[in-house]
Amino acid sequence: MKKAVTISMVVFSLAAGLWLGLSSLGMKWPGVDEAVVEKFAREANRPPQKRFIDMDQGDLLLFFFLAAGAAGGFVGGYFFRELFPPKSRRSSQDA
Amino acid sequence: MHISEGILPASWAGLWFLAAVPFLAWGLRDLRVRSVTNLQFKPLVGLVGAAVFIISCMPIPVPTAGTCSHMCGTGLAAILIGPALTVVITSVALVLQALFLAHGGLTTLGADIMSMGVAGAFAGYGIFHLSQRLRLPWFVGAFLAGMLSDWATYGVTSFELATALAGDGSLKTMFVAISLAFVPTQLPLGIFEGLISAGAYRFVRVRRPELLAALQKGNAR
Repeated sequence: MKKAVTISMVVFSLAAGLWLGLSSLGMKWPGVDEAVVEKFAREANRPPQKRFIDMDQGDLLLFFFLAAGAAGGFVGGYFFRELFPPKSRRSSQDA
Repeated sequence: MHISEGILPASWAGLWFLAAVPFLAWGLRDLRVRSVTNLQFKPLVGLVGAAVFIISCMPIPVPTAGTCSHMCGTGLAAILIGPALTVVITSVALVLQALFLAHGGLTTLGADIMSMGVAGAFAGYGIFHLSQRLRLPWFVGAFLAGMLSDWATYGVTSFELATALAGDGSLKTMFVAISLAFVPTQLPLGIFEGLISAGAYRFVRVRRPELLAALQKGNAR
């Protein structure tokens, strides 16, 4: 538990430092799909079309990103514990 | 590398779908056969699938280019669970991303599977096993697998776009132009993906070496 808290604090500090550093550069940070793929497609007169299911409305996309992150994190964490159990659980199983 | 809806003409979109189908069938068969002999295989596929899904939709800022891009995770996945099964988990990730996360499209799914799933997985798997044959240290193999799978993915994406968008112009000129446009972002990100892959492989090697040995027997099938 202590290790998890320490790791969380290190990750949070790194993320905050990264955010401060990157925001000071004054760049717009477009995704490469937009900056390269869609740019070349527009130049060739094949711009992207509207999606069949358009989630990019207000905060809806943010909601889906968070939901996907939470679901993916849960699934990953669940199987991770099954494959890499804590040392205490492994040693009791071995005994 | 996610190609948005409508960028590819229907003929090319259909062709990439057809090209991806045999790899998907191979991967599904692989899952069925290997999960019978190795009871820990399905949990590992679940873990690797979740990792590929998250890694491939997480935008990472690249200060040298001023843009954001994502790693693919398919090189690491391929050396753990094999390339064919990596195609299957990549396909599931890409469908979810196209449906809910505005990443890629449904009509371009075949092309995205071919670039990230097939090219990424087979490039990573191939270079890892080549490095083993050359008796290079394992971390060099894992690093190269992660890095080259990323670059292979973007190389194939460039080819897919060039074939669809070149029109009457030169395919080669278009391919080179698109590839070069990816370089400032993917060159450093590929190296980063190599380091992440080597670190993750080291973790499994230290914590569960017996799992890795069992997997490598299955991968050699």
